Amino acid sequence: MKNADVVIIGGGPGGYVAAIRAAQLGLNTVCVEMDKTLGGTCVNVGCIPSKALLTSSEHYEWARLHAAEHGVKIDGVSADLPTMMKRKDAVVGQNTKGIEYLFKKNKIEWAKGRGTLKPGNVVDVEGVDSYQAKNVIIATGSVPIELPFLKFDEDRVLSNIGALKIPEIPKHLIVVGGGVIGLELGSVWRRLGAKVTVVELFPTILPGNDEEVIKEADRIFRKQGLEIRTGTKVVGASRGDGIIKLEIEKDGAKETLDADYVLVSIGRKPALTGIDTGALGLALGQRGEIVVDAEMRTNLPGVFAIGDAVGGKLLAHKAEEEGVVAAEVIAGQHAHMDYKSMPSVVYTWPEIATVGLAEHEVKSSGRAYKVGKFPFSANGRARTMAETSGFVKFIADAKTDELVGCHIIGANASDLIQEVVLAFEYRGSSEDIGITVHSHPTLSESVKEAALGVLGRSLHI
Amino acid sequence: MISIKVPPLGESIVEATVSRWLKKKGEAVASGDTLVELETDKITVEVPAPRAGVIASVSVAEGDVVKVDQVLGELDETAAAAIAAAPAPAPAASAPAPSPAPAVPPASSAPAQPPDVKSSPAARRAAADAGISVADVTGTGRGGVVSKPDVVEYAQRPQSVSRDGAQRETREKMSTRRKRIAENLLQSQHATAHLTTFNEVDMTLVNALRERMKEKVEKEHGVKLTFMPFFVKAACMALEKFPVVNAQIDGDSIIYKHYVNMGIAVASEAGLVVPNIKDAHAKGILDVSREIAAVAKKARDGKLSMDDLTGGTFTITNGGVFGSLVSTPILNYPQVGILGLHKTQDRPVAIDGKVEIRPMMYIALSYDHRIVDGQQAVLFLVRVKELMEDPAAMLIS
Repeated sequence: MKNADVVIIGGGPGGYVAAIRAAQLGLNTVCVEMDKTLGGTCVNVGCIPSKALLTSSEHYEWARLHAAEHGVKIDGVSADLPTMMKRKDAVVGQNTKGIEYLFKKNKIEWAKGRGTLKPGNVVDVEGVDSYQAKNVIIATGSVPIELPFLKFDEDRVLSNIGALKIPEIPKHLIVVGGGVIGLELGSVWRRLGAKVTVVELFPTILPGNDEEVIKEADRIFRKQGLEIRTGTKVVGASRGDGIIKLEIEKDGAKETLDADYVLVSIGRKPALTGIDTGALGLALGQRGEIVVDAEMRTNLPGVFAIGDAVGGKLLAHKAEEEGVVAAEVIAGQHAHMDYKSMPSVVYTWPEIATVGLAEHEVKSSGRAYKVGKFPFSANGRARTMAETSGFVKFIADAKTDELVGCHIIGANASDLIQEVVLAFEYRGSSEDIGITVHSHPTLSESVKEAALGVLGRSLHI
Repeated sequence: MISIKVPPLGESIVEATVSRWLKKKGEAVASGDTLVELETDKITVEVPAPRAGVIASVSVAEGDVVKVDQVLGELDETAAAAIAAAPAPAPAASAPAPSPAPAVPPASSAPAQPPDVKSSPAARRAAADAGISVADVTGTGRGGVVSKPDVVEYAQRPQSVSRDGAQRETREKMSTRRKRIAENLLQSQHATAHLTTFNEVDMTLVNALRERMKEKVEKEHGVKLTFMPFFVKAACMALEKFPVVNAQIDGDSIIYKHYVNMGIAVASEAGLVVPNIKDAHAKGILDVSREIAAVAKKARDGKLSMDDLTGGTFTITNGGVFGSLVSTPILNYPQVGILGLHKTQDRPVAIDGKVEIRPMMYIALSYDHRIVDGQQAVLFLVRVKELMEDPAAMLIS
């Protein structure tokens, strides 16, 4: 039995960042990860590999469809899937090695095995050792939800894991679930030449997002060639040799779709590997998530939980921030989570980035508000880039001008949102962004113009 | 550059409110000059200049809450010589220009610096438009940054206005001291089993004694003889007889104090304070008189030290100075007894079967019934009454 100040169960973005922060604060830190590499879902089978394939497939599509309008002639463009996959794997490898380096640099022990939390804050790591921990951080992440009649085999019925390593370009990929993962990975395979059909149970894709953004995204994605079937339920499936027959139903009308691959991306649920919640008496919420307070404390003394395991938005940067908060609280600092300024991004092209509330949420709260919008088609830089689709939309309090929501759909939205996130942190107003100088010509001028739009004084429209 | 820091404020006091800056940024100060006044819940602390110099920066505003050791500003001690050497105000740009450059406006003629408060650009603009200072607005952004919504909300805060335009209500923040007084009183009410018993004292003999001795005492000792020190002595003697009234509860133990540090409630401008006379049980009437006068003056001047304010074992409060006839004092927690004195009033009383007019005073003892039994409380008060009605008895006990 070894002693440790902090034992973190899970080496994903929440867990490994918590480990680094704890070590920085002088705590003797152990991070338990049973996979061969650190980084969890995000680095191994999530954010990083999907972005690698998104970028590669965007280049391919650009070369095929858009290079000519820039006067770049490319003959015989073809997708080299094995090279794309190799590059993706190399990028993942660089990232996981990078985390290992950070562990060494910060003198964090990586206990390579399956961790089990025992009462009294003892963590048994299979094949390694037992640790008596002063504090435990549960960072066990989440797993994809299965359809009962269409279980994952990662060969033809895929979760995010299988969808990142399909060995051929599918003829017809059906994506069940029009959320972030489905649209991102669906976009990858569509660009590479697959017919892609997105089946979404809700009346729209990206349910819950700002309605104007959804409308614009739906329009753009359809134009790109994505087949989108909303309000449609998958009611059954049967499997043949290399073929899956998916029974769908919309407004009582049934139909059968044939596909060679199906990606099921209908959501994720907390993974509590090695956490016997019953025996420990760990309190869970309605969706099986660990209940925590703003300091990330569970109901058990000295036990914290972070990331997807505690529910909320399933975002790596949320998990990271929660990990930092947990580590700082353990070190005796005053830290707490505040989700008001938590951005989220959909890495389709164009990208969709959001912070704060959607317009329908503000409306239903009864708060008087103003909206400012600016389309990228009116932005000089966007025109030079031939990236004119989308817009920036601000929602601000009608009386105080406080920023309440910002929604960007457009090229590089993921980076453009960041100045707005900073403004949110400081309870900024649309005027703060509107009167701040933005370099010309940049896409960010659209952010400024939309902010000025709230005040009724956009300059370039 | 020397940091101007919050000095130690005394036992268990970790924060204070900046009540007043006496020196401004850029002002020259001599060593020992008071730079800023801090107010704690008990005392006002003056922060002196550690050396001569010029105030280089001021990092907290009046009304800010500061912690012990926090930096309040900076003092440039090297600037002192320059100030001393230059009889006339030195120009702001002191470095001589090497070439006959066109006159550059000195830095000091630049528009007024924004106040040293973290605020967003739109907040500063909104504040300027509304004619308010961002320094007056409480910031709610991360790290206390004043945002535009903060300014707008501040500017639009509800103000009820009467028909002739005058304010009918004003809202002001409680001072740290007022807040602590409120907390302490409420804690006393919540934490104790509070009860009051009354009696009355015929002041005839004490008054006669005072009248007889007054002039002589004032002449020989410079002390104005009031009846308060007599009550202090009488209370000390009664406490000796009923030590539980001088005790304190600590968890499940009772701590008996074999000394009396007699708290004297004093009304000062900033609120009620209760300095105490150390070892009052071992001091004579004259010493007690002198010390009461001294702490009362310190309290009015806001100059009480932490030592004056801590360690009291029992308290006397005199509502009579304002004309009160009867009151139920609140315990000075964690003390378990407080003696309330009132106005002496000529009243008809029955003496030996005859009605006589006597100078009478109601006295009250509030006590913590958790450890003081009613009998002890009543007998304590009777003892005080006996000693006061026959001061010579104080000699004999």
